[in-house]
Amino acid sequence: MPDALILERGATVAGRTRGYPVRREGPAKLSGAAKYTDDLVFPGAWYGTTIRSTEPRARLLAIELDPAIDWSRVIVVTATDITGENLISAIKEDQPVLVPVGGEIRHHAEPVALLAAVDRETLRQLRPHIRLVTEPLEPVFDPEASEHVFAEYEIGGGDLDAGFAGADLILEGEYRVGHQEQLYIENNAMIAVPAEDGGMAVHGSLQCPYYVHKAMKKTLGLSSAQARVIQAETGGGFGGKEEFPSIIALHASLLARKSGRPVRMIYDRHEDLVATTKRHPAIIRHRTGVMRDGTLVAQDIEIVMDGGAYCTLTPVVLSRGALHSGGPYRCPNVRIRARATRTNTAPNGAFRGFGAPQTEFAMETHLNRIAERLDMSPAEIRRRNVYELDDTTPTGQVLRESVAAQEVLRLAVEASEFERVRAENRAAAAARRTGPNGVFGPSSRLHSQAASKATGIGLALAWHGAGFTGSGEVHIGSVASVELTSEGRVRILIGSTEMGQGTNTIFPLMVAGELGIVADHVDMAPVDTAFVPDSGPTVASRTAMVVGGLCIDAARRLRAEVEARHDGRPFAEVYLADAIAHGPTRIDQRFEPYPGVNFDDATYRGDAYPVFGWAACVITVEVDLDTGEVAVRDVVAVDDVGRVLHPILCEGQVEGGTLQAIGYATIEEIKLDNGRYLNDRLATYLIPTALDAPRMRTLLVEAPFSGAPHGAKGVGELPMDVGAPAVVAAIHDAVEVWITELPATPERIIAALDDQADEPVRGIA
Amino acid sequence: MSAIGFLVNGEPVEVDVPGMRRLLDVLREDLGLTGTKEGCGEGECGACSVLLDGDVVDACLVPMCQVDGRIVRTVEGLAVSAREPGGLDVLQEAFLQFGAAQCGICTPGMLMAARAYLDAGGGPDPDAIREGIAGNLCRCTGYQKIVDAIAAVAAGEVAS
Repeated sequence: MPDALILERGATVAGRTRGYPVRREGPAKLSGAAKYTDDLVFPGAWYGTTIRSTEPRARLLAIELDPAIDWSRVIVVTATDITGENLISAIKEDQPVLVPVGGEIRHHAEPVALLAAVDRETLRQLRPHIRLVTEPLEPVFDPEASEHVFAEYEIGGGDLDAGFAGADLILEGEYRVGHQEQLYIENNAMIAVPAEDGGMAVHGSLQCPYYVHKAMKKTLGLSSAQARVIQAETGGGFGGKEEFPSIIALHASLLARKSGRPVRMIYDRHEDLVATTKRHPAIIRHRTGVMRDGTLVAQDIEIVMDGGAYCTLTPVVLSRGALHSGGPYRCPNVRIRARATRTNTAPNGAFRGFGAPQTEFAMETHLNRIAERLDMSPAEIRRRNVYELDDTTPTGQVLRESVAAQEVLRLAVEASEFERVRAENRAAAAARRTGPNGVFGPSSRLHSQAASKATGIGLALAWHGAGFTGSGEVHIGSVASVELTSEGRVRILIGSTEMGQGTNTIFPLMVAGELGIVADHVDMAPVDTAFVPDSGPTVASRTAMVVGGLCIDAARRLRAEVEARHDGRPFAEVYLADAIAHGPTRIDQRFEPYPGVNFDDATYRGDAYPVFGWAACVITVEVDLDTGEVAVRDVVAVDDVGRVLHPILCEGQVEGGTLQAIGYATIEEIKLDNGRYLNDRLATYLIPTALDAPRMRTLLVEAPFSGAPHGAKGVGELPMDVGAPAVVAAIHDAVEVWITELPATPERIIAALDDQADEPVRGIA
Repeated sequence: MSAIGFLVNGEPVEVDVPGMRRLLDVLREDLGLTGTKEGCGEGECGACSVLLDGDVVDACLVPMCQVDGRIVRTVEGLAVSAREPGGLDVLQEAFLQFGAAQCGICTPGMLMAARAYLDAGGGPDPDAIREGIAGNLCRCTGYQKIVDAIAAVAAGEVAS
């Protein structure tokens, strides 16, 4: 990639910004000028709200409006107001926009009716006067008992029986993970504005404008031109604004259409927690055959994910989870069986990592237990099994390039002094063990005069398939455009969204670098489906790699075309004159399959991903022996992202993802009662504060991908895969118990310590 | 309804609102100061942090009857010390340079908490800074770059 670091503004702060430009929309965000959805003003707009079910499963018999109330002050929308299809466009279209009378309510927060009024107070007064008449049906909450299967996969190769037969040791383990909320600080929000031609524009907080666009066309019966989606400044997404915005956009649009005025649909935190998608809970079972030297010879893995009430993106989440479930380790005999089922809980959906954090937590923890059983260092067992160049994965994919697993592992172990610290912790644990009672447990905690805290260090390693799974990119056929405007500016037109990760900043850098001009002369077009092409969804850490690659290719073509008109003189010298003389030049670049990358969706054989990113994480914790509380003190994160496009933004992705993983490991938990989330407020669903967050050091590794012109492989999701197993490994290093169900709450740690006291010699079955 | 007078970012304002109307709604809806954000509406996230007589408060928890005669400072008032109009003050500049703002929705509240910390004489010690911003949730950054930015300002290493 040519040097893109030609700067004007920002150059004065080169030391701190390391020569890279500051975040492009940063000044607007820092001054309060940036306009998020709820900051937008539309004169005459009404406020919308959603009437939801309060039962996990029921037949809807009637929607009754209290006759004593004057309903002329509000607009009421039910399923009968839907002129197009009453289905939200998705992989399997099973979710109604609003449950019709006679239809089945399938979860606690299911939308049944919509209200709009001039102010929020009117809505508050009238909401309780809508009554849902229902006939209860038997709900299903156990994903293993559910007979409705959303998706099922079996992946594998080799001879499992022969693998186990030849193994020195066979070890089994079961691991469980619960829901996790994305908890973007800006709630889901959408404002619908009716157009005179019968069309509808929505302004909102979203990741994927063309998902919303498609949903509007289908349900509202609009043409492509009549449906318009405009992204407002977006206050975080993490997957939580991938598919859900379609629902809220449709709801706002239905109210706007019926009322003939703009309608604001701004969720409060409680509604956002109750109704929007979460990370899929999962149960993962491992049976592993291993040789005494640590070599993996057989892996039998079973995964069950809880999809919730509707399919959403579950088949793809499950697919990614299954494909990553063996971890970044070679094993000749593998069987991975995965299924996702329906339960009567709110639908689960996309969340950073997309199925992989669940299954990689299980694999990493299981591998650590194997290492313990073999009396081998967690680093050593990884060194012996981790993928190298030309190794083959369970789908038969040969890793032909960009395999940095050993490198990230080595760097993380060295930078954290993992072996030395671990030896010290082991010695401290041994000293505690030979205390007054010889074992951990309540009695030793009561009587020991020793330190009330124990320190532990833990290691985890992960791989993360870059971009879409399988043939996803080929099916989507994304387009990105680069234009030299008649005013002599270069403009990037993409449907990819900035939601904090840095798209607005790195794209001008990439294009300017290719054109040999300063990044400040390159503009980003606003994300508005009336102007930007469908570049695919802003998900799967694919934006920098895939869409960035398209923009670089488009810029190359633009450069060639303009230079050809000026006897081959450099673009930078001639583009202003060219714009004046020739008018605008626009290049639309469509995705072409990466050479040599083939996947068979039917058999699940072939190249599941064009390339993989690799991450290692070493985490230090302190466990309070009296309370079981875990404090995460220090993190060394090492991530191979292919190519670092902007080190500060890239580190920001690693640090933020790591803390989300630490939250997942320690405090983030949804408790359910009869299918309803009990802790559905920010006072009860906790995420890490600055005091909970550890000191973090990030090391970036570059093993470029030859299929992308700049070599980038994406970064967003990588850190999410390694944080939780590293925390659990560190807890074990501190107090010698394995936590197999996330989060590792004080209650679970105390319970495990008590079990250990009862049963001091406790291995895995 | 009653007339309530107070100073916002140095400007005197008077609003005629119910005494229990939230300061957050008056700032955002009556005065058009949408830099202050709502994240949870129950005092947990700190996105709506403003300074009330110099102390950090959650504007979602402050009824207007408590604001009469007092001094309110919001993110829009931070840059008054900037060297040029539309510029950034030293704290905002540090956030920009260090990459302390990502999605930006927690940023206004975070800046106000950091401003209060610095105004109270807070130094560059990371643990003290973390304590000072513990009431402000950020889901993007992992806080490391926020702490680094505030520490650099406290140490006098950033020029606006």
